[in-house]
Parts: sequence; C-alpha cells; structure tokens
Amino acid sequence: MSREKLAVQQARKAFLTGGSKPLEYRIKQLKNLHRFITERATDITNALRKDLYKSENATQMFEILGLEGEINLAVSNLAEWAAPRPVNKTLLTISDDVYIQPEPLGVVLIIGAWNYPIAVTLQPLVGAIAAGNAAVVKPSEVSSHTAKVMELLPLYLDPEMYKVVTGGVPETQELLKQHFDHIFYTGNSTVGKLVMEAAARHLTPVTLELGGKSPCYIDKNCDIRIACRRITWGKYMNCGQTCIAPDYILCESSIQDKVINEIQKCIQEFYTKDPKSFADYGRIINQRHFKRIMALLEGSTVAIGGDSDESECYIAPTVLREVASGSKVMQEEIFGPILPIITVNGLNEAIQFINEREKPLALYVFSSSSKVIKQMISETSSGALLANDCLVHFTISDLPFGGVGNSGTGRYHGKYGFDQLSHLRSCLIKKLNMEGVNQMRYPPHTTEKLRWARVFLLKQVNLARWRQMAQVAMLVALAAFVVKVRCFSLSFSYIYELF
Amino acid sequence: MSREQKAVERARKAFLTGRSKSLEYRITQLKNLLRFVRERQNEIAEGLKKDLRRSEFGTPLYETLGLESEINLAVRKLKDWAAPRPVSKSMMTISDQVYIQPEPLGVVLVIGAWNYPWAVTIGPLIGAIAAGNAAVIKPSEVSSHTSKVMEDLLPLYLDKELYPVVTGGVTETQELLKQRFDHIFYTGNGTVAKIIMEAAAKHLTPSTLELGGKSPCYIDNNCDLAVACRRIAWGKYSNCGQTCIAPDYILCDPSIQDRVIEEIKKNIKEFYTEDPKKCLDYGRIINERHFKRLMALLEGSSVAVGGENDESECYIAPTVLRDVKPDAKVMQEEIFGPLLPVLTVSGADEAIKFINQREKPLALYIFSSDNKLIKRMIAETSSGGVLANDCLMHFSVSSLPFGGVGNSGMGRYHGKYGFDHLSHLRGCLIKQLKMEGVNKMRYPPHTADKLGWARFFILKHVDFGSLGRMALLALLVVFVAVILQRNYTD
Repeated sequence: MSREKLAVQQARKAFLTGGSKPLEYRIKQLKNLHRFITERATDITNALRKDLYKSENATQMFEILGLEGEINLAVSNLAEWAAPRPVNKTLLTISDDVYIQPEPLGVVLIIGAWNYPIAVTLQPLVGAIAAGNAAVVKPSEVSSHTAKVMELLPLYLDPEMYKVVTGGVPETQELLKQHFDHIFYTGNSTVGKLVMEAAARHLTPVTLELGGKSPCYIDKNCDIRIACRRITWGKYMNCGQTCIAPDYILCESSIQDKVINEIQKCIQEFYTKDPKSFADYGRIINQRHFKRIMALLEGSTVAIGGDSDESECYIAPTVLREVASGSKVMQEEIFGPILPIITVNGLNEAIQFINEREKPLALYVFSSSSKVIKQMISETSSGALLANDCLVHFTISDLPFGGVGNSGTGRYHGKYGFDQLSHLRSCLIKKLNMEGVNQMRYPPHTTEKLRWARVFLLKQVNLARWRQMAQVAMLVALAAFVVKVRCFSLSFSYIYELF
Repeated sequence: MSREQKAVERARKAFLTGRSKSLEYRITQLKNLLRFVRERQNEIAEGLKKDLRRSEFGTPLYETLGLESEINLAVRKLKDWAAPRPVSKSMMTISDQVYIQPEPLGVVLVIGAWNYPWAVTIGPLIGAIAAGNAAVIKPSEVSSHTSKVMEDLLPLYLDKELYPVVTGGVTETQELLKQRFDHIFYTGNGTVAKIIMEAAAKHLTPSTLELGGKSPCYIDNNCDLAVACRRIAWGKYSNCGQTCIAPDYILCDPSIQDRVIEEIKKNIKEFYTEDPKKCLDYGRIINERHFKRLMALLEGSSVAVGGENDESECYIAPTVLRDVKPDAKVMQEEIFGPLLPVLTVSGADEAIKFINQREKPLALYIFSSDNKLIKRMIAETSSGGVLANDCLMHFSVSSLPFGGVGNSGMGRYHGKYGFDHLSHLRGCLIKQLKMEGVNKMRYPPHTADKLGWARFFILKHVDFGSLGRMALLALLVVFVAVILQRNYTD
C-alpha cells in the first residue's frame, strides 16, 4: 500500500471514531495550531526566507497574522457556527422543528501552493478542523523548506486525524486516486482541471482557488498619488507572486506618465534605490519561473526596472509602458514583479477589455467617482472587487474569498470556510399527530383535497412579519401605558394641588 | 456546427446582451413560466399520463403546485435576493462599504430527469432565471411525451434565445457536455453524474448533482405505528416508488415487523383499492428496462404483500418484502420502484451501524415519538436531509436547502438556495483614497513597530453589532429612567 493511501486510510479511520465531533476537541486542535505558529515562528520565518527571500516581519505580517486572526475567529465563533440554524416556518411546518444542522464531511484533502505557503495551506485547514473533518495536508513541494517545517505539524495536531503528506507530482497523483469528501486546491487552472477530473471519479466536491490576470483600472478622476502607492504595494509584495496581485494597469494615455512617475517614487520609497540589497524585497521562487517571467518582457518597453540576476532569481520591480494587448506579457498570469500599463480611452473601453478575457480573481478600480465604481461592478464579473486599494479584501473574514469561472469555484475565510467544508443538513422534525391535515395528500385524489393542498402550499403566511407586528403592538401598548401613567399622575397632582 | 453547439452559442450571445440583468425582465420571464404552468395543465397532464400513467390530480399535486409556489416565492423575493448584502464591519473597514453582490453566472445547463420531469427540470430553471442566467434545458428523453411538451410549448412563453430547450438522448447530451457552461445542474444517477463532472472539469465548470441512493427508514418500537405506516406507504408508492427521496427500505425491530406489514397492507388498500392495477391513482414503471430491472430485484426475497405484475403494462403491484437480508439483490442498488424491503435490526444502535456502513443517502427517515432517539440518529449519521415522522415533505419547504452529500450529490436548491447557487456572490470592498496614514503600517520597510500596529488592527476583534445593540439598550434604559423620574418628581 502506498504511503499516500495509508495516510488517507488512517485519517478516515480516525474520523470514523467520531473523535473530531466534539467542539472541545476541535477548539483544542485549533489552539494547538496556534501554538505551532507561535512556537515555531523562527522555523517558519527561516524557511520562508530560504524559499522566497521573505523578511521576518513580512512573514509575520503577510502569512502568520492573517492565519492567527482566522484561528481566533474560529475558536470564538465555533459554538455559534456549529449550532443548529433555525429556518423560516410556513403554515405546513408551524408546529415542527425546522432547521439546518452543520455536520463534518469526512476527510478533506488540502493541496497548498508555494507563494504564501503558510497562509494558503493552513487557512483552509482552519476551516476543515473547525467543521470537524479529518484532513490530509499536501504542502507545495516548490516551497520546499516550508514544506519541511509543516512536517512538524504532527507534533502539535492529532497525528492520526491530520496528516501531512509531502511530495511532488507523483505523490499528488497518488493522493488524488483516493476517496476524499472534499478537495481544497490552491494553484493554477491547468492543475485545477486535473484535480476536478480526479474528484469526479468519486463524486467529490471541490474548492479551487485559482488565479488569472487581475485588472487594475485607474480613473483619470482620482488621487493618482495615493492610488499608485497602494498599487505599488499590492503589486511588488512577494515579488508579484500573489494570486490577487494587480496583474496589469488600464488607464488613459493622458495619465500614463504620471502613473509611471508615482510608481517609481513609491518603489524607491518602499524598496530603496537598490531593491536587490534590500531585505524587504523578495525573490522569484525558482529558476523555471524566473525564466518564464523574463521571457514575458519580450516585445514590450521597459519604463522602470527591468534589471535581473539569474543566479539569485532576482527581478527588479519593473513597469512596462504602452503595452499592446497582443504582447507576450498579456497572454498569461504574470505572477511576478512586472507591471504592464495598457492605455484605453476611458471606462467603457476598459470594461470591454476586461470582459473579452476570463473572469479574474480580483478586479481593482481606482476612482473618486462612485458612478465609475458602480458601473465597473455592474458591467463586469470577478471573484471579488476592491475599489481604491489592493489585496486587503483578503483579510476581511466576513467577505467570502474565492473565484468565478476560470479563477475558481467555492470560497473560504471566516464562517465561509466552516460552511464550505461542512454538510449543511436539512432537518424537519414532525410529530405523529395532526394526521387529519395529511388527508389532502393521500389517494384517492379528489378535487376537494386538491383545493386544500393548493391553500396550504400556495398561501403565503409571513410568520416572521406577524411576530414583528406583535412586538410593535406590545411596544406601542407599553408607551401608551407610560404616557397614560404620566398624564394620570400629572392630572392627579394637579387636582391634588387644586385641593 | 451541431444543433447543440448552436443553441449554446445563441444562449450565450443573448446573455451577453445583458437583457437578463434587469429584475423586471427576470420577473416577466418567471411570470410567463407561471402562465405556462397554469394555461397548459392539460398538455402537461396528458404528457405525464402517457409517460408515467400519472393521474389527473397527480400532475398538480406532485409537479405543478410546487413549481407555482417556487415561482411565486422567487417573484416576491427577487428584489431582496438580488440586492447587495451588507456584511459586518471591522475596525479596518469602519468607513468603507463592504457587501456581497449577487451576480448571474452566465449560461447554465439544466439536465432533467424522467420521474418528476416538471419538478426536477423546471425547478432548477426557476433558480437559473431568477439569478439572471441564460439556461439550456435538456429534458430527459425517457419521459418522451413530457419532453415533447417542453420542446413545443416552452418557447411560446419564455425568451427562446435565452432559454432554449434541447431534446435528445445520450448522443445529444454528450454533444452538449462538450460546450462551455458556467454551471451544470444535473438530476439523475451517480454513474452519469461522474461523466458529467468529468466533462465539466475540462472547462472548470462547477456542477450541482442531485442524485439518489438508498434512503433508509427506521421505525422505532416507541411510536404510533398506524400513522407511521400510513405516511410511509404514501411516501413509498407515490409515482410507483420512482422518487429520489422515496423511503427505499425499512429497518425495524423484529417484534414489530408483522404489525408494520399489516399496517402498510391496510393503507395500500385504502389508497389504491383492492386492485391497484385498475386504480387511476396508481402509476406505472417508466419503461420495460426498469420493469425488468425491478422484477430481478425480487429474487431471493420473501414477498409479504403484493408481488403481482404485468409486463405488457409495466405494472408492478405495491409490494412489501419481509425478513430481507442485507446482501439480498434488492439491497444492492437504489430500488426506484414499488418494492419495500423490511430488514430487522435489534434497536437504534444496529440501525445506525447499518446505515453508516453504506453510502450517505439523499434522505434519512426516522419514525419515533422519542425526541432523544431522533436527535441521536441525526447526530450519528449523515444524509442529504433528515425527516422525522413523515416522508417526502421536506422537499416542499423552500426555506430548507434540498440536496445530497457524498454519493447522493453536491449542491442544493429550492427557494433562495436555488438563487444563490446559480449566482456568483461577489465580495465587494469600496474604500476611499484618504486616511492613507493608517496604511503606513503595511508598507516596507517592515519594522517591528509597524508589525505591532498591524497586529492590533487585524487581531483586535470589536463586535460592532453587539456594541450597537448595547448602545440601544442603554438608551432605552435612560429613556425609561427619565420618564420614571419625571413621574416621581412631578
């Protein structure tokens, strides 16, 4: 039996003991996960430095902080999330118990990515644990040092319930042959298709967090200085290796120069004149991607940066100007520190440009005009839309994070992660009385019975509204009483005074 | 270009005009659909009679009343459902607009089934239309007369470019599955579902699969057997057992088996007369292939009630099998017919074990007066839905999501769930280009100090909802105190 098959079998066996059902157990595991990231902070930051040249503070801020937030949220809200959720009653169910009961799915496979390996591998795990599942975690082999640190997880988490399986393509293929109850994959759409295909063989639902080219439209009418500051930050963080990085800019030619100027200023402010020797500027993950990204420069004009050093997988923060839509850099998701600027004649052309392409994971629009923003929202589609900033929607746990179309399917963060990795089971608890009401449904079917059925099925009785009206009536009565008492005591004291 | 490819391209072109975006347009289409259901009752009933020998009353009761109810709900609620949904704010987003905007997905493929062809083909269509999508409707060729009614008449009521009906069999369906959709909604069996999901994978298309399985029905000793068996008999033999959520088999204590069989026999007689074959309210098996399949399932089991059949009419009498073994033929696949095996178990524990050794079913039925037992069964099993003390009825509660888990399917619909499932719920965060000072903490160079601030903002949890409520309560207390004080000082 392969190592992968064994791991999955063990996880399933552990799940079937029912050990992950009690909320206390899940909270304990989540707290252990928290301990892992705080106690192993040094190991984690060292690994990320080796994998992606990430600085210690950057790792804390952009990988660990978000994860901590998600763990804390899950721990404080678990009782609420896991509780039965009552639903609206109807005439037919007025005396019944009607609710939705969240339940674990079983064994979840989490396939992580290499760009924010801690965040995108362990945040889904938070949802999986919270929902009461067992999990098999397959960290990306590309961020190999971080994968090694994740092998320490069994020292903190229940080693039977939560397995870490490392490896490359053959190991992942072997895993995908096994039966899971949900597969959560973060990565690219090519592999995403293979994952969905493998899942189909077992009728396993999937969450695919993919990517695409996230457009960034800069309106003439906006504070270009601040806009460019936020865009620069969003683009060059992690050397552009962010699934929701602003991939390319769309703006009118009249502001192109100003945009380039401002971005140049910000690059200098953030990464100094020599980003290569600056600790807070990263590296490309490996040679293969370095070559891929350098090849994208072909045929385009470099306005800023462009310098590189293959031996270090270093590419300077780069901006390309007057990029043609048919150029190499516009044919695939860049996932690197290259920022093409494409000029368009205003919002309508920008919208057309965006709609001719696959739905992106994120859409950015910078404008002081809410009309512009509203039009962009209503005439395009994307996983999410963020106006006047970059990336930060990722940290809002009340917003579902996920793609649409080629950018993915499913969503997570906060309660959405819990729900996505649960089965929300409908429960209707009736009683064995009131059998008379059921006469209308039994054969022999008659016109009379049918008439009753029509009444019960079609008559809309808004029970919630009735309850609301009753509450308002009570409040009015109370107010009237108070006023009356006051009037009474006023008139009483008045009469008293008279006498 | 194949007929299927053309229909999908036309639907996509129609979707890209943007006309299904407006709520008025969607409501008009939904109202047209309602008119269709009401005006064409006769044609619908005729088709169902020929396909499934459905009685005249069976059409509204089991197919169109439910649709009318869903359409009315969608029309009434569409504005609510389609509106931006605000989300709780945090310290970081206190001055921003944060909400979820429902949007259409694009072109949805709805593949219907033959057992309740209207309910399971038009039901998903309601959600698709409400969510603003175009939809290609592929009715099941097995219920061929109904399929013809859909093909001929739906285009007279609905926008025929946005909602084309494409009929055909396996070949036509395969051709459809080569095209690119934004969601595929399939109702049917697990074997075909795997093929569909595999085809969907090539375009990264999400799918909703409403499948089936063997829905267990546990009867506790402690319950009113007369009422329980009445409800079970109705749930089982409606549409000749050809219901995805029919109680597939019974689990009960051997001490009550005889009584259970007797009660079911009584109800069969009451519902379908002494001669169900002649009773208009008793249906037929859809075709010869399924008739043969069902008859073969009887092998090796003891018939307690019924067993009569007539191949020429695809008639199988309401049948109950007793003392059935777990490895009997009838327990190896979803029955989808009027055969009701009774298996004896010694109590709830053994029943739970039995259920958990098998694939997760679409529905789980529990008959008991003991609430504790019901809760325990729910806690120790899994299934698409659970219904205690009745059968089938959860299907008609639009506030309950309807769908399976594991082998019984993925995704859900009915009411708002149908709308949400066929929409993209887009996260929107609208910030302003000011308060740039706050952002300092995130920009390089990254320092420990900045990190400290970031920790504060991201990890400090302030519940604005409860703060607001507390403030309101405080105000009310002050108000009452003021009034009372005035009272006493006057």
